[in-house]
Amino acid sequence: MQESDDQIINRATDGEYKYGFVSDIDTDIIPKGISEDVVRLISRKKGEPEWLLDFRLKAYRHWLTLRQPDWAQLDIPPIDYQAISYYAAPKKSKAPESLDEVDPELLRTFDRLGIPLHEQKMLSGMAVDAVMDSVSVKTTHREKLAELGIIFCSFSEAVKDYPELVRKYLGKVVPYTDNFFAALNSAVFSDGSFVYIPKGVRCPMELSTYFRINAAGTGQFERTLIVADDDAYVSYLEGCTAPQRDENQLHAAIVEIICEERAEVKYSTVQNWYSGDSEGRGGVYNFVTKRGLCRGDNSKLSWTQVETGSAITWKYPGCVLKGDNSVGEFYSVAVTKNRQQADTGTKMIHLGRNTRSTIVSKGISAGHSQNSYRGLVKVAADATGARNHTQCDSLLLGSNCGAHTFPYVDVLNPTAIVEHEATTSKISEEQLFYCNQRGIPTEEAVGLIVNGYAKEVMNKLPMEFAVEAQRLLQITLEGSVG
Amino acid sequence: MMPMDALKQYIDLYTDNAEVIDSHSAPVLNELRQTACDLLKSSRFPTKKDEGFHKTSINDMFAPDFGVNINRYNIPVDVAESFRCDIPNVSTLLAVVVNDRFVATRPLLNNLPEGVTVTSLAAAARLHPELVKKYYGRIAPGDNVNVALNNMLVQDGVFIHLSKNVVLEKPLQLVNIFDGPAPMAAFRRVLIVAEENSFANILVCDHTRNRDGAYLSSEVMEVMLEKGASVGLYGIEESSANTARYSQMFVRQEHDSSFSAASSTLLNGVTRNDYNVSLNGENCSAELAGIVIADGKSHIDNNSNVIHNAPHCRSNQLFKYLLDGESSGAFEGSIVVRPEAPFTEGYQSNHNILASDKARMHTRPQLLIFNDEVKCSHGATTGQLDPDALFYMQTRGIPVDQARRLLMQAFMSDAVDTIRVDAIRDRLRHLLERRLTGEDLLCAECGSDCHK
Repeated sequence: MQESDDQIINRATDGEYKYGFVSDIDTDIIPKGISEDVVRLISRKKGEPEWLLDFRLKAYRHWLTLRQPDWAQLDIPPIDYQAISYYAAPKKSKAPESLDEVDPELLRTFDRLGIPLHEQKMLSGMAVDAVMDSVSVKTTHREKLAELGIIFCSFSEAVKDYPELVRKYLGKVVPYTDNFFAALNSAVFSDGSFVYIPKGVRCPMELSTYFRINAAGTGQFERTLIVADDDAYVSYLEGCTAPQRDENQLHAAIVEIICEERAEVKYSTVQNWYSGDSEGRGGVYNFVTKRGLCRGDNSKLSWTQVETGSAITWKYPGCVLKGDNSVGEFYSVAVTKNRQQADTGTKMIHLGRNTRSTIVSKGISAGHSQNSYRGLVKVAADATGARNHTQCDSLLLGSNCGAHTFPYVDVLNPTAIVEHEATTSKISEEQLFYCNQRGIPTEEAVGLIVNGYAKEVMNKLPMEFAVEAQRLLQITLEGSVG
Repeated sequence: MMPMDALKQYIDLYTDNAEVIDSHSAPVLNELRQTACDLLKSSRFPTKKDEGFHKTSINDMFAPDFGVNINRYNIPVDVAESFRCDIPNVSTLLAVVVNDRFVATRPLLNNLPEGVTVTSLAAAARLHPELVKKYYGRIAPGDNVNVALNNMLVQDGVFIHLSKNVVLEKPLQLVNIFDGPAPMAAFRRVLIVAEENSFANILVCDHTRNRDGAYLSSEVMEVMLEKGASVGLYGIEESSANTARYSQMFVRQEHDSSFSAASSTLLNGVTRNDYNVSLNGENCSAELAGIVIADGKSHIDNNSNVIHNAPHCRSNQLFKYLLDGESSGAFEGSIVVRPEAPFTEGYQSNHNILASDKARMHTRPQLLIFNDEVKCSHGATTGQLDPDALFYMQTRGIPVDQARRLLMQAFMSDAVDTIRVDAIRDRLRHLLERRLTGEDLLCAECGSDCHK
């Protein structure tokens, strides 16, 4: 009985990665390795102003003084930073004026990924910024957004068109001194998205960036900067995939979010980088620094993430709750299978009065994977009336995987109320038996129970994304079923 | 890596006085010294930058220039006068450790049942070298810095041995006292071996007699529970604001054994307690509890690590902190379930009350689970007394101070309840009550210094 249950779970959790194809696109790749010259070359290729080059060089010099962090519950094989190419761009003669000028192979790539760039075909109006390797390929719906004063464009365009805005906010939430990977990203970041929502504007559509690593032997280092001015609202989505390759690819991104007074930002991620094969060969190393600053009073920032991909995930989206009454939220589903390793969680830093935060983290581990939640809740001495509730549950599928919980709770103010609870268990035999009894095969029942378990987080995703995420969860965990 | 200064003074102390230290001890204890010394030469004390020590720097704790009584000068303590068998309604068997010297009391020597040995570690190592050698330094990992330091410098300690099937009905009380010229460091060692189906409850009290003196206690306890043994080990620390304590407990359990530890920190300076419990046989149970009341500038850091190595074991951890004044508390606990330990139940909770503006609490409960046949959970809360409950009690005519005390006592009560011996539990309740009313614990009728 035990044996067959295990087999069923194994089969059920053995989904195929369907985004593993490689697009045959003419790519401009710079030679491997990193040095000051490479940093200068990237900056030159992007035609950047002097101040940005200075920023990069400072970051690079600081990076040289740092060591790769080793405190996470991760077994990271040594990374040769000189064996990575830090810039790869699909070749093009000039920036595409319209969609017709974009390489058709590129369009096909994004079509296959389910990201139609043809605006007329788009559902319910979602603006997309598609990033392939190091550069942004195309941003849709820009004109419509511009009418409202919303800026949504690639990071390089923002540097050219709105240098003052970028300069004002770049590195203010995640300074280049923050950590090893943030310093590396600050030195060599290539592209990403820039969003600015002016005062009092509620963004009428979901904004979305789609990241794709295509070229071999490259890393992707993108940077996203979102600024929501007073009373603004935006919901932002991020998705990512990569081809199936035997080598490991490095992805070290930075996301910075700033919420001014009464602004609200909702940031959702469905992370589906290639996770390596069942023996743990290949896959993306996803080392990401994401942080939002709730600077204004009554502002709100909500992170939702569905993490299913990557060979190794090292990611802690955080909220710095500086404004009084500001709110931070973090909802996460992290699924690991095969030899995947994930060490992910959040940081909630309470600085302002009456700040509140909620953390809901659901980990699912299968196969030989290791899945860790690591989170910090810090209440500063002046954060009177701070409130936090953390719940992190882990579900184990199979007897060879691991689920770990490392919450850090630092309270320096006596009026704070901080709660943390965590449970770890496998799928209950009673639930499986009940489903079987009602004629649902074990395989389907596992999927059903896992979906129910993750529902609390899935419900926080925007509708279009929730459908995709649910499907992804099914593909990841249910194999041929569903 | 070069050793930092704090550790160097202890290495120098050993290399300069190796022969003197050896001559006051026993060969079994001496055997480990040189290896430990070699290891220490290439290591350093943990500082706040090291994982697991973020809130307590061991380096700072050991840095002052403490004296160590390596020549074994006798600091006279009149045991019969100074200490009394002091748990009301039950007589205990009392043994005393002054700094690091073992002193047996007459009632202890006369009343020990057959099959129970409570003696000086050095004496036991001379009398029964094979027995001591089998366990000494085998349970505590020699590559741990504090253990290595203890291995290198310890000259004496306490040896408690329970033979097969022996039931020690009276609780055994071990009183650790600091007295004499300060500043002084004592390297204390306790080895407890409970053979098959034996049973004992042990109460360990820590006192500092000279409250103005600066003392450092570096303690390593090794506890071996063989098949079916049951041991309760209860600690009460009532030292002083100038006392630093680094205590490490290493417990190894064989199948069907049951271990319970509760340690209360009622008065202290800087305290770091490590609990390491390995459940190596099937069907073991381990229970850890911590009770902390701190005020002034005291700091208390409890660190627990329960490792499930075998199937069908249960562990439970409950740590409660009540922090007032400018005190700071830290808790880091982990449950590790190894792949070979299915059907594990492991629970952990940490609840804290911050009673003043300057009090701080850092907590880090952790789960590391490598098996799916488990039921594990942990929970942590930090907050303050329920204002509704306080208000309710006031509407019933209870003054606010008393209401606060009642709520605090109630808050601590489930941790106190884990103690298996009624008399020790009652005594702790009584001590807690006195502590909360602000009475000096030293004057408590059952304290160490009842004649002052």
